[in-house]
Amino acid sequence: MSKIEIDEFSGTQTTGHDWGGIKELDTPMPRWWLWTFAICIVWAFAYVLAYPAIPLITSNTKGFLGFSSRGELAKTMTQVKAEQQKFVTKINELSLEEIRADKELAEFAYAGGKSAFAVNCSQCHGSGASGSPGYPNLNDDNWLWGGSLKDIHTTISNGIRFEQNDDTRISVMPAFGRDEILDRKQIVQVAHFVLSLTKKEHDGDSAKAGAAIYAENCSACHGDKGQGDREQGAPQIGNALWLYGNDMEAIVRQITNPKHGVMPAWAGRLDNATIKQLTIYVHALGGGE
Amino acid sequence: MADNLNPAGHNFDRIDVEAVNSKAKRSLYAKRAKIFPKRTSGLFRSFKWWIMLVTLAIYYITPWLRWDRGEFAPSQAVLVDLQNGRFYFFFITIWPQELYYITGLLIMAGVGLFLITSTVGRAWCGYTCPQTVWVDLFLVIERWIEGDRNARMRLDKAGWSVDKLAKRASKHFVWLAIALGTGGAWVFYFADAPTLLYDLVNLRASSIAYSTIGIMTAITYVFAGFMREQVCTYMCPWPRIQGAMLDEHSLVVTYNDWRGEPRSRHQKKDEINKQTGDCIDCNQCVVVCPMGIDIRDGQQLECITCALCIDACNEVMDKIGRPRNLISYSTLNDYQASKEHKPVSTTWRSFIRTRTVIYSAIMAFAGLALLYVLSTRSLVEVNVLHNRNPIFIKLSDGSIRNGYVVKILNKKVQPGQFTLSVKGINGLMMQIAGTKEKPRSEIPVNVTANGLETLRLFLSAKTENLQAEQTAFQFIVHDNMSDEKVSYDAIFYQDKKP
Repeated sequence: MSKIEIDEFSGTQTTGHDWGGIKELDTPMPRWWLWTFAICIVWAFAYVLAYPAIPLITSNTKGFLGFSSRGELAKTMTQVKAEQQKFVTKINELSLEEIRADKELAEFAYAGGKSAFAVNCSQCHGSGASGSPGYPNLNDDNWLWGGSLKDIHTTISNGIRFEQNDDTRISVMPAFGRDEILDRKQIVQVAHFVLSLTKKEHDGDSAKAGAAIYAENCSACHGDKGQGDREQGAPQIGNALWLYGNDMEAIVRQITNPKHGVMPAWAGRLDNATIKQLTIYVHALGGGE
Repeated sequence: MADNLNPAGHNFDRIDVEAVNSKAKRSLYAKRAKIFPKRTSGLFRSFKWWIMLVTLAIYYITPWLRWDRGEFAPSQAVLVDLQNGRFYFFFITIWPQELYYITGLLIMAGVGLFLITSTVGRAWCGYTCPQTVWVDLFLVIERWIEGDRNARMRLDKAGWSVDKLAKRASKHFVWLAIALGTGGAWVFYFADAPTLLYDLVNLRASSIAYSTIGIMTAITYVFAGFMREQVCTYMCPWPRIQGAMLDEHSLVVTYNDWRGEPRSRHQKKDEINKQTGDCIDCNQCVVVCPMGIDIRDGQQLECITCALCIDACNEVMDKIGRPRNLISYSTLNDYQASKEHKPVSTTWRSFIRTRTVIYSAIMAFAGLALLYVLSTRSLVEVNVLHNRNPIFIKLSDGSIRNGYVVKILNKKVQPGQFTLSVKGINGLMMQIAGTKEKPRSEIPVNVTANGLETLRLFLSAKTENLQAEQTAFQFIVHDNMSDEKVSYDAIFYQDKKP
């Protein structure tokens, strides 16, 4: 083993190992390669000291540079927040109309509102704010409580039928069937009349009978032509949009035992600037008045 | 000096040297041997001087050329505005999405290289490649400060002295200055040159500008000062590709061994009447070679066909009264023909072959296509994105509303006034989202010079004017100034069962 052996072809010393006749040449590493290797080792030690490297049982070594990716994120977020602050301050100070008139600020509010909507509102209203039966579509021009900036802001702030909020919007429709205010036949007649308001297929005689019942029981809130009343949160029932459906069965069900949706009040849960941004966003969805 | 007299008694320089990169000495991994190219003069050297002058002038002067584009666009003739994503080239302004123009130019340049290679060999390498040009420039400095080949070799061997230190220091100083100028000129292509120069001098330019200059300076200094022929031999893929592209019709620097051999260097007096070749083994072709090769070994990968050996050899042939072109630009065909004492067949017609015709056709096609696209392109563009969520909305009166994001691009260097309208659906009305404006059928849009305007629009139509599910219509942008019209085909969606 210790005998120095020179390979006869290359003239290079062998390592002395013999694997069934195969011998390995002891060719030295290129100088640059050795240097790179040495520098890598030094680098590795420096890295272990400087950066988080070794996992411990509950934590890990921190490194003297104090770097952590979580910290980096926090730093970035603080920076972004600071950059946004000038817009946020302005949003807090200005009225909704003024925000909308300022193009740059309105863009910021729209983007902020969109993100807040995705987090807080999309669960019920849908990611595109197009709603579903029982949850209003916010893109259209049909508003139970008004579609102006002020109305939307009030709705978001105080919610609807949300008992913990004193200023919440409340409207209750009597359960005409369940409480036996009207009998089954009358309810069907009113339903025919309601269908006639939207020019849908209906029975003319029943509708005529229903008209009288409607005038007596329903028109106070829903208006004589079904135009609704936003003051009371009474829906329009003379147009093409229906929260709970517009076929015979759905209308009868709603008159008999109406559903009442609830929306939480966001004042106190979201800050003032966020609610204003949400207002701008919802208003710009297409139905804003 | 008796050795330096050839049989006929002519005086010439014979140098006892072997090419450092000669075939015999070459191994796969060798330490770089220093090359000290000697100055030469002649036809090809003059040609190289001119090419060097022109290419360097183009590189350094271009960013300083001005081109009036009015008050709304930069007045630099050639400018790559990375920040705003615009490329200005004299009367052309290119937006990032039009990068295919650059692709077209690159295709033309690539095929152009093929064409050049298949006809006149590696002319690109020998004359116009930046590596060649800057190495040549650095050699001029080296010769100017340290002297020609012999003086440089002596200096290299000599121990350190004040003289050597002074020469070396001044050489590297000038090299660095040129490198800095080269790296400096590079950044002027990316910003307004006079402003940037002012900022650079006053240390107010961006750190990106300084670091770019630093990197480009380092590359120039190292590539042209130290790595030189190694860049061509080991780093550049092009010599290897060209090696495969050359054929028997391509012009290459050829040593006509049928004429030169046997070399007559060691002829003894009693052999004086023996038949010898024209090559007197003076090695002038070797010492002038910037690549350190011996062309008499034949055509080889390292040869950049700069033809300086032709100049050097011709000078010697003139002196000894032998015909020129012992080393010549010849095709392999001509070489073979001459060797067999047949007439040389290469004429200008030899350049027209299937290969060169195909390359020319590709270039012409690419060029014409570019020209056509460029001359017929509209300076107004409209892009439309249909809102995906929700795809459509039913309104209280039963009509249907769709949302679109419309972008109008004004590629002119003046502000544009446009009118946006829709066509294809009766009673289709537009409304800008988030505004109080009433729905209308035409919207005036102002777009900044060389900029774009984004509109979020709501379009609504009655169901009776729509087909089931999808109805095609067009957005039309009318340029109020030029009367040009650009349209975009869009789709209006509604329920399957209205």
